[in-house]
Amino acid sequence: MDGLLSEAFIASLFFGAVTAGVPLLLAGLGEQVSEKSGVLNIGLEGMMLAGAFAGFAAAYATDSFLAGFCAGVLAGMSVALIMAVLCVVLGMNQIVVGIAITLGAEGVTALLHHVLYSRSYPRLSRVETWTIPGLADIPYIGPAFFDRNALIYLAFALTFFMIWVFRRTQVGLNLQAAGDAPAALDAAGVSVTVTRFVSVLVTGCLGGLGGAYMATVGGGLFLPFMTGGAGFIAIVLAMLARGNPLWVLFGAFLFGASLALTTALQVVGVNIPTDVIQMLPFAMVIVVLLLFARHSYLPPALGLPYQRGAR
Amino acid sequence: MNQRHPLVSWLYGMVSVLLPVVLALAVGGILLLALGKDPLAYYGYVVKRGLLSPTGLEASLTRTAPLLLIAAGLIVAFRSGLWNLGVDGQLLLAAVVTAALAPELASGLPSVLVIAVCFAVAMAVGAVWSLIPALLKAQFGVNEIISTLMMSFLGVSLANVLIKIPFNDPLTTVPQTATLAVEDRLSRLADTTIHWGVLLALAVVVVVHHAMTMTALGMRLQIVGANMKTAVHAGLRLRLLVVVAFAISAGLAGLAGAVDVLGVHGTIRADWNPAYGIVVIPLVFLARFNGYAVIAFVFVFAVLVIGGESAARRLDVPTYFVLVLVGLVMLFLAVTEFLDHRRRLTARD
Amino acid sequence: MKPEPVGAPDGDAALALHDITKRFPGVLANDRVSLVFRRGEIHALLGENGAGKSTLIGIVSGMVRPDSGSIEVAGRPVRIASPSAALRLGIGTVYQHVLLVPSLSVLENLMLGNPWWRTIDRAATSERFAELAELLSVRVSPDALVGRLSLGEQQQVEIMRALWHGELVLFLDEPTSMLTPQGVDDLGVVMRRLRDHGVAIVFITHKLKEASDLADRISVLRQGRVVGEVRPAELKTMSPDAIIERVVAMMFGHDAKAGDLRATLVGDASEPQSRQHADAGVEPLLVLRGGHTAGERGECALDGADLEVRPGEVMGIAGVDGNGQKHLAEVLAGQRTMTAGSISLAGREIGHLGVAGRRRLGVRYITDERLGEGTAPRHSLAINLVIKEIGSPQFWKGGITSWRRIHDHARNMIRTYSIVAPSERVPLAGLSGGNIQKVLLAREWTGDARLLVVAKPTYGLDLQNTRRARDWIKRIGGNADTAIVVISNELEELIDVSHRIAVMERGRIAGIVKNRPGARTAIGRLMAGVEAA
Repeated sequence: MDGLLSEAFIASLFFGAVTAGVPLLLAGLGEQVSEKSGVLNIGLEGMMLAGAFAGFAAAYATDSFLAGFCAGVLAGMSVALIMAVLCVVLGMNQIVVGIAITLGAEGVTALLHHVLYSRSYPRLSRVETWTIPGLADIPYIGPAFFDRNALIYLAFALTFFMIWVFRRTQVGLNLQAAGDAPAALDAAGVSVTVTRFVSVLVTGCLGGLGGAYMATVGGGLFLPFMTGGAGFIAIVLAMLARGNPLWVLFGAFLFGASLALTTALQVVGVNIPTDVIQMLPFAMVIVVLLLFARHSYLPPALGLPYQRGAR
Repeated sequence: MNQRHPLVSWLYGMVSVLLPVVLALAVGGILLLALGKDPLAYYGYVVKRGLLSPTGLEASLTRTAPLLLIAAGLIVAFRSGLWNLGVDGQLLLAAVVTAALAPELASGLPSVLVIAVCFAVAMAVGAVWSLIPALLKAQFGVNEIISTLMMSFLGVSLANVLIKIPFNDPLTTVPQTATLAVEDRLSRLADTTIHWGVLLALAVVVVVHHAMTMTALGMRLQIVGANMKTAVHAGLRLRLLVVVAFAISAGLAGLAGAVDVLGVHGTIRADWNPAYGIVVIPLVFLARFNGYAVIAFVFVFAVLVIGGESAARRLDVPTYFVLVLVGLVMLFLAVTEFLDHRRRLTARD
Repeated sequence: MKPEPVGAPDGDAALALHDITKRFPGVLANDRVSLVFRRGEIHALLGENGAGKSTLIGIVSGMVRPDSGSIEVAGRPVRIASPSAALRLGIGTVYQHVLLVPSLSVLENLMLGNPWWRTIDRAATSERFAELAELLSVRVSPDALVGRLSLGEQQQVEIMRALWHGELVLFLDEPTSMLTPQGVDDLGVVMRRLRDHGVAIVFITHKLKEASDLADRISVLRQGRVVGEVRPAELKTMSPDAIIERVVAMMFGHDAKAGDLRATLVGDASEPQSRQHADAGVEPLLVLRGGHTAGERGECALDGADLEVRPGEVMGIAGVDGNGQKHLAEVLAGQRTMTAGSISLAGREIGHLGVAGRRRLGVRYITDERLGEGTAPRHSLAINLVIKEIGSPQFWKGGITSWRRIHDHARNMIRTYSIVAPSERVPLAGLSGGNIQKVLLAREWTGDARLLVVAKPTYGLDLQNTRRARDWIKRIGGNADTAIVVISNELEELIDVSHRIAVMERGRIAGIVKNRPGARTAIGRLMAGVEAA
């Protein structure tokens, strides 16, 4: 088993962890924003799928990854707009609407895929990377972290941007108030509805970007249901991170690593059924829930629509 | 409080249920048009193949069996205020265990006993798979949406592992469990292809419906569903009730898996996942947790699926379209529910 | 003895309302209300529940849009379209319930409402904070988490927020309901300081005594209308009794029933008849010793609570909200397990029993969270009457529900307790607060009750239902088999109904006072944390 310490194995594990972790990171950061503001966005999976399809379609049509990312963001936000209008403005049940959105997005993207690509199964060309001179040559971690697509650097940067937003800006204060004591935010003259509306859109934006990443940088192709529960894992990450983006980062790469383990093991000639490996992240969530359940903290107003004057 | 004529409220109820369906069909029709298909031809074909042809109708009725059992379980969970979204994992694991167990037992036991043992084991497997979310919810108030979904993903993968390694039938090339002989499966009704699991499922829905509305246990669960604080205040054994509700709900999902295996498939191949759960949830909502309405909606849905599968081959509209329809139904349901709520509020003031 | 107001007595209007009308479906909440609030004047607004006070606050704070009428601020006509518009105009409101974010610090709470695109500006906020702390003469650490402050301190933070954008008009909605007597005095000092600084203070209350003590001008609302005013000149010359006489007449007209209600309303005006329990020597029915509980974040747990209640006695539990009263009630009812301590009823240890077991022994608990905890509001009235008896042979045979018996029982209770409801099958949520309270009384006061725990029996009720609930407690309070524990933050109420009054402070019983003349002072001292002599 010395293969497990070889550079090939570790480099491949890191590379795969980053590849699989980035969409979780993006979507998890997005979900964190809406959870902080008090909206449990169960439709995240649907937003990611929409982003994945639109991202792939745009990147394929224009041969530009950037166009793909933009399209993913727009698609994610359009789906989020439905959620925001129904749940934030009209105050409908967030879970029912979230499930409906995920179902609908699954159906629509699979349908469009069937119509557009089911005969040709197109793939995107090679990923454009930004190589960081010097760092990219570091053994073990260089290729995984410093010779990647720009979006990956952006996702890392975003984590720290979010920390800054939560701790140092008015927006951060408003988000926390909207989730913890919406009536207090309202009394301070800030609209709870607008705060939550925007945060759901941000979730859609980042979820869509995460989806677009999966279909472009990640796989280079779109398949029906390709997010495979990543949206739900991202929701869990956001819940367990208790409002701290660093925990989302950490969790996303832990999950990414467990997803990348199969490939990495194959590199060194160890064959384990993919299903066993696929169980790892979910089993890990359950273990984490069992261990830390009593410490998990969610905003008191999470999942509850805000109505002025209602107690 | 204005008392309305019973007929008026009945009509009103019908409209508020049918409206989302009609709207969803309409929007779905627009989508079909956009794809260059004739919506009327599609819907017509679906009805013809799913409802009006004898084989189609038999297939549709057969398909209702697992859906009804899942729905019965969801009625219990939702009325108890518990979001059991892990039905797929519970069902699949129970189905795999049943598929592995039944051929083994069939060699030594009479078929009635085989079926009884399989049903019991399947329910137990489903219930066990809900235990962690149930305990997390009961003990620490951990959001069950997340925990059941995670257990569901976990269960689906575990089922595949079971099929590929311990339960794999060495005689076949594709990974699958040993096949149960046709004569050992659930027997057919008269000259049809419908197995008696359909009747069992119907009976279970009716029993569950009345158990929830006419028994002490049902009322206890409904109070839990109304507000957990109220349940504690009223002296109900909240933790036990949460675990019981989960166990019933997941046990019935497990039974659904067993009925599908013993009644229809006789074996399970790797990567088989019918994903019934996510589509039954909207139907149960649409029926407003009423058992009889659930029966009606599940039947309509089964017709849609069976007809849709035929239409996929003939008209080149993939079955995913049915998913879109269900998503749309659910969205419009939420909207009509919301408007109705608003109307009632203004009516009261 | 009132200090002379700074502003000219009838000039210098800070905020003027002209003919404000607001109609909600079926209710005329404000009917051509015209009021002028002047700088340097404390203006008390009095009125019953439903007189239109909350709607008026909603309108001036930008939460509610009036149907017609006009508003002037410092002589200029304005429209108050949103809470932030109100704050920018210098109209600040301190609501009855604390509206701060407990997980943010004092400064962060005060920063809420700054332009959203900014980064947080600590320096500017600290500066204004220091200014206002000086003006109010309060000492609150700007970096303390709000959730860790006392209610009085939280109220001071709210006053700061209300004055943040300018010290023009300050609305205080029932500001004393959560405070200790000492806290009320402190608030009075702050109000006078602000008045002398030139702020127009509007003080909404239902306590006549406070109004006549603090106000320079009193206006009375009834059924959405302004029905009368007592001017500063009159307030200065009239005796307190005469003022109260005037205001009561305005509030109720010359209604025949008013006499009864007046006693409830006036409360403090005269020393009430003391209620003393005769059998001081009897064995206690309820004994709680060394009760400890574990509290969640932000909750006050029991920390060694001792309590003895004798049969036939009404024991009042006084104290500022959040000193462990909720835990005490839940421990008595069996809803919460103690981490240490013992509890017995009629000599029998009951600590191991849950709610159902204790209910069988006669323990009853009427919670103050009537909709959130006491009932399932979307279920029918009939169901709500039996939710503590589910499975009992009276209504269930072999686990099967007898709806006929449940509905018969409900109709019976509706008659006995004169509950106003269209039928026993309507959802409970559709009933008024007073009727929901009657449903709870009907549910708890059946069979052989031995210990009745009532939390805030009149919270949110109108005057008539308040009177009725208090009379009911007094009536059953003489029953020799039963001990009653009444928890309330209204001292008047406890003095009205109790034989003895225990004061809760930080999770323990700070002292117990017999209800006789002078009890009020002793309780005030205990509530303020001064040890009983």
